[in-house]
Amino acid sequence: MKVSLFITCLVDQLCPNVGISTVEVLRRVGCEVVFDERQTCCGQPAFNTGYRKEAQKFAKRFIEIFEESDADAIVSPSGSCAAMVKHFHELFPEDETWRHRAENTAAKTHELGAFLVNVLKIEDVGASSSGRITWHDACHGLRDLGIRDEPRRLLKNVKGVEFVELANADVCCGFGGTFSVKYPEISAGILDNKIEAIENADVRAVISCDSSCLMQIGGRLSRLNSKVRTMHLAEILAAQE
Amino acid sequence: MEHLTAETFDQNARRALSDPVLHGALRHLADNFAERRKVAMGSVDDWEGLREKARAIKQETLLHLDKYLLQFVEKAEKAGVKFHWARDGREACQIVLDLVNERGAKIVVKSKSMATEEIHLNDALEENGIEPVETDLGEWIIQLAGETPSHIVVPAIHKTKAQIADLFVEKVGIDKTGDVDVLTKTARRILRKRFAEAQVGISGVNFGVAETGTILILENEGNIRLTTGLPKTHIAVMGIEKIIPKFADLDVFLKLLPRSGTGQRLTAYQSFITGVKKNADDEGPNEIHIVLMDNGRSRMLAHPVTRQSLACIRCGACLNACPVYQQIGGHAYGSVYPGPIGAVITPQLVGLSKAKQLPYASSLCGACREVCPVKIDIPELLLHLRAEITDGTAGGAAANPERKRKFAESLAFRMYGFAWSGQLSYGLGIKAARIMQKLIVRDGKIGKASGFLAKLLPPLGAWTAWRDAPAVAPKSFREEWRKTLRSNGGN
Repeated sequence: MKVSLFITCLVDQLCPNVGISTVEVLRRVGCEVVFDERQTCCGQPAFNTGYRKEAQKFAKRFIEIFEESDADAIVSPSGSCAAMVKHFHELFPEDETWRHRAENTAAKTHELGAFLVNVLKIEDVGASSSGRITWHDACHGLRDLGIRDEPRRLLKNVKGVEFVELANADVCCGFGGTFSVKYPEISAGILDNKIEAIENADVRAVISCDSSCLMQIGGRLSRLNSKVRTMHLAEILAAQE
Repeated sequence: MEHLTAETFDQNARRALSDPVLHGALRHLADNFAERRKVAMGSVDDWEGLREKARAIKQETLLHLDKYLLQFVEKAEKAGVKFHWARDGREACQIVLDLVNERGAKIVVKSKSMATEEIHLNDALEENGIEPVETDLGEWIIQLAGETPSHIVVPAIHKTKAQIADLFVEKVGIDKTGDVDVLTKTARRILRKRFAEAQVGISGVNFGVAETGTILILENEGNIRLTTGLPKTHIAVMGIEKIIPKFADLDVFLKLLPRSGTGQRLTAYQSFITGVKKNADDEGPNEIHIVLMDNGRSRMLAHPVTRQSLACIRCGACLNACPVYQQIGGHAYGSVYPGPIGAVITPQLVGLSKAKQLPYASSLCGACREVCPVKIDIPELLLHLRAEITDGTAGGAAANPERKRKFAESLAFRMYGFAWSGQLSYGLGIKAARIMQKLIVRDGKIGKASGFLAKLLPPLGAWTAWRDAPAVAPKSFREEWRKTLRSNGGN
């Protein structure tokens, strides 16, 4: 299967290792991976802050670039950015042609974990690691895309690790894009509930499918000198230790 | 006590966050209510099916609200109810005031009603020498304290038992006690007397049935029974969106509302009121007046996205599920409608310019949408309102600092729209960031930015006040791809 990578700007610039791991996992399960270097951002920051005109510009650009690839699927290591692609059609309320193109692009777009489990029907990607790990449900993957079991099944098949459920796994980490800097005190208050649960879970790493949540959680863990580290789903699935 | 406004949401929220007593009171809200709701949900067969039905009924009603409203009025008038139409809160208050004054009443008893909170009816009554007595225990406590409700269903949720005990000592003059039974019995003793004194009872309405002209009000304490049954005159204030078409529709809503709100299978009392009594010797008031209130609702009705706001049945489930509400409680929203649904309704009621922070007071996590019994897409509504707010940036009547901030933000988004959508400019921007960050990156991360730097880059200051920030990677993914990954794949 030919897969076009939608790498997201956050992964591209701040966590390139997540992108490298995504390529590694997809190739390991037999996918042909292509990456169009013209891609930048899906426009979610603009859309979520209310700048629809700017968001529309990003959406058009995204659709044009990804239409040109003849890949069978568009795969992203982010539930949130994949969910944004599903929102594209809302940006063209009066333009049927673009709405149609947006819907076609959205239909091909998948978050990495959901793609592996639901499209490729693969739950064991041959990963191995060690220690206790837990999972944080990123909100957009969970509630916009309905991804709950898929990453858990993948993680339970990672050899050598012990998977434990987080007490508040499905509660927001407080990131929320610009919310995290518009209302940093509230964001941090929400975050500290998450941190408390992570520390109580006594794990080596907390894993999620969104680098944004991981930046929020990891940034706080780092500030508090915690021993727990954050890992992206792609990174642990790529691991063969 | 001063009442907070939505305009100062950020300050209100900061103050709430630094209040340890409030935090303690809110701490168990989420767990308790979520747990009870889950158990109650499990006692019906097809919860999702019920939600879908409720959504469909509300949608049908709102699409043909004119028809159903007139049907409701016609049926209820036939049963002896008098109707009054109010365009806004001021008109609604005036109608109630006139009715009360015409009857020479000096004391009115009130049951818990968000509609009367919305129009600040108590203030209007007091200003005209009429004493409103709240009879719901939570509302009565709030009234004694001179505060406003902080939750749609549990108005005194922000108060601890100890605070309430102190309040009773101060206002009611009983000896200090931690015994809840003694406190509630005290309230009951005092309120019973007030019921007997009142000439008028004022209530809200949960549902108005078009088919029969019936109003239904739900409660747990029996005070609504007394408010609507004991005084000679009953006045009900209802928003025009409270209509449902058929009596049988109540089957759906009576299953959803108590379960979503308090985790009950059914509230202790359901008062179905269809017109005035038929015989003079029967129990009940001699007259019933219903004030039908628009107050911004027809504006919400006009657009398919905002129309959803009118489907709300005021269960409060979205408040309980909201991580933001759990942190700051209800008062910070500066509105009688707090939490996610409040962040949506308030700007539409008071105007976007007076509540422009509220649509942003959400991480868009979607927990509200997940629990809403009528499937209101609150995140969609928040995004819709945010888009309306940014559209109005140029000519807004906002205060200066707010306008400056907005201008900076909109400029930033335009620049991002320009730069990030071109491969070349995107690359250049990143290169510049890599060079500049050398000044502040230590051990691969950015620690607390303070002083000049935080002023220069407010988002960086806000982020790093609590969290370390990651550095821009020395080599981006696309560089890795170009260098090694592309060829490694052999394709």
